[in-house]
Amino acid sequence: MQVVTANRLDDGAVVYLAENGAWSDRIAGGRLAEGKEDGAALLADAETAVAERKVVAPYLIDVVVEDGSPRAVRFKERIRASGPPVRPDLGKQAARG
Amino acid sequence: MYRYDEFDAILVGQRVAQFRDQVTRRLSGELNEEEFRPLRLMNGLYLQLHAYMLRVAIPYGTLSSRQMRRLADIARRYDKGYGHFTTRQNIQYNWPALSDVPDILAELAEVEMHAIQTSGNCIRNVTSDQYAGAAADEIEDPRIYCEIIRQWSTFHPEFSFLPRKFKIAVTGAPNDRAAVRVHDIGLRMVRNDAGEPGFEVMVGGGLGRTPMIAKTIRPFLPKRHLLSYLEAILRVYNMFGRRDNMYKARIKILIHEVGAERFSQLVEEEWSHIKETPVDLPAGEIERIVAYFAPPAFETLAAHVPEFEDSRRDDPAFRDWVKTNVFAHKQSGYAIVNLSLKPVDGIPGDATAEQMDAVADLADWYSFGEIRVSHEQNLILPHVKQADLYELWKAMVPLGLATANIGLASDIIACPGLDYCSLANARSIPVAQRITRRFEDLRRLHDIGELKIKISGCINACGHHHVGHIGILGVDKKGEEFYQITLGGDATENAALGTLVGPAFSYDTVVDAVETIIDTYLQVREDGERFLDTVRRLGIHPFKEKLYGAH
Repeated sequence: MQVVTANRLDDGAVVYLAENGAWSDRIAGGRLAEGKEDGAALLADAETAVAERKVVAPYLIDVVVEDGSPRAVRFKERIRASGPPVRPDLGKQAARG
Repeated sequence: MYRYDEFDAILVGQRVAQFRDQVTRRLSGELNEEEFRPLRLMNGLYLQLHAYMLRVAIPYGTLSSRQMRRLADIARRYDKGYGHFTTRQNIQYNWPALSDVPDILAELAEVEMHAIQTSGNCIRNVTSDQYAGAAADEIEDPRIYCEIIRQWSTFHPEFSFLPRKFKIAVTGAPNDRAAVRVHDIGLRMVRNDAGEPGFEVMVGGGLGRTPMIAKTIRPFLPKRHLLSYLEAILRVYNMFGRRDNMYKARIKILIHEVGAERFSQLVEEEWSHIKETPVDLPAGEIERIVAYFAPPAFETLAAHVPEFEDSRRDDPAFRDWVKTNVFAHKQSGYAIVNLSLKPVDGIPGDATAEQMDAVADLADWYSFGEIRVSHEQNLILPHVKQADLYELWKAMVPLGLATANIGLASDIIACPGLDYCSLANARSIPVAQRITRRFEDLRRLHDIGELKIKISGCINACGHHHVGHIGILGVDKKGEEFYQITLGGDATENAALGTLVGPAFSYDTVVDAVETIIDTYLQVREDGERFLDTVRRLGIHPFKEKLYGAH
């Protein structure tokens, strides 16, 4: 399974392509793609958002679905999804409390 | 300190206005990312793992208290309340919004700072000895020549699109604290037989995936020819440096391929055409720049300061701190003070806005308003009266800036690693933190003595691991963090690359491995022998034996 991630153009925040062309701060909100074709369709939607100046540098990442929501496979992507492990007070992990 | 003249002010001001326009056009869609990316990089703005990252130049590591307060203010108002001092004497902000960056640059310009030459294939911000202008062992203040190089290199049209980035470091002292032999060009001030000061010119050093120690291509260059000679080197590199392969594009590869002797001939040939042309500065212009670096108004003080000696005798904690964090000053009765940004469990090089403000205040009270940043990621008050040291130390303890560990095992260089960096393969910072916890006991730390541990989270080597006495390189093995250890690296005038000790260690075992190495050293060292000397004497075998012998 895959989701598309990118950075928001304005503030650089890590975001995930969600339903209806929206972008979510949370990987849990990411729209899932299964297989090459699905992935390509997701990326094509992301490119539209690039053209609309919402995000930059979108790419597909591998995820597994746990308790109904996607979780990044690679360690680097898990860190991107939460924030710097050495500063639990910063990034997305901070807001989760 | 150097102050901007009208040209500097105009140039930096125009650059801010240009970037403001470029950001506006990016946000409006007039520029796409492909068009915008090189423009933002020319202004130090990267897109990193979590957000944008802005790298601000601190030319030759010198800051005024006013500039430091502005850095604190920017951290508070535009970022998340802290900044990260890097191994290139820069400061990085990890969370700025793109739309705020033009304002940040405008605020920096007000205090004569900028983010120019902090990215791209140009001559980067020139680095230097953090004790410049203060050290007792110095021939001349190297910042004079750093500033001359800065003026020459900034927006130099011929050298703005080199085959690859280009780093120059200058030291004015025989004891190299600026790691000049691992730079594209290293300049070390020396005297010739007539006693005149000039430069030993070293070329082709560097770390990264192909680490190399620079070769001396000219043992003595008269100071007045500095720029024409540098221009000749850069021109030869620009002509023959490889543009076909990014990994072979640095000057070190060119010199490795053609040989230092041939490279030197090419430079001398080019130089013969330009050495008597106006590329070199006229004496009057050099004098004008020298004047900016005139020493502050030192008082005439006795070398022996009884109140300092009394405090040192009576307070053991102060004594420990003086032993490691205070360095000899050229002016009688003064001292150079290192402020450690490496507290136990800290993030190497990180300082909060409150710490930055406090350091600015301390600089005003005790050090003529001057602050330095070292490539080892600490801060320095360069000109402190010995009589003030005890008071200063007491003021720094509650600020978390008085850890007595400069040059010791917990004074670790660490790159941001996978916590922040999109290039990283492994985390660096938490490995450094775990080592500082393991060696928390100051008695043990001081007993071990001088030991430089340097950690990089990937092969690009921002953490200088190749020249660490103990070097640690994070690698990715099938999605897991592993760490290779090298021993015997050295960044000083005796520069050497470390030797790989054996197979990599896991995240969980790497700190045990470091401890085993240090314990082995303690067992086999001779009287007064530093860790590095022991490794040089015995090689890696005793360490290898202890680390892997049981397997």
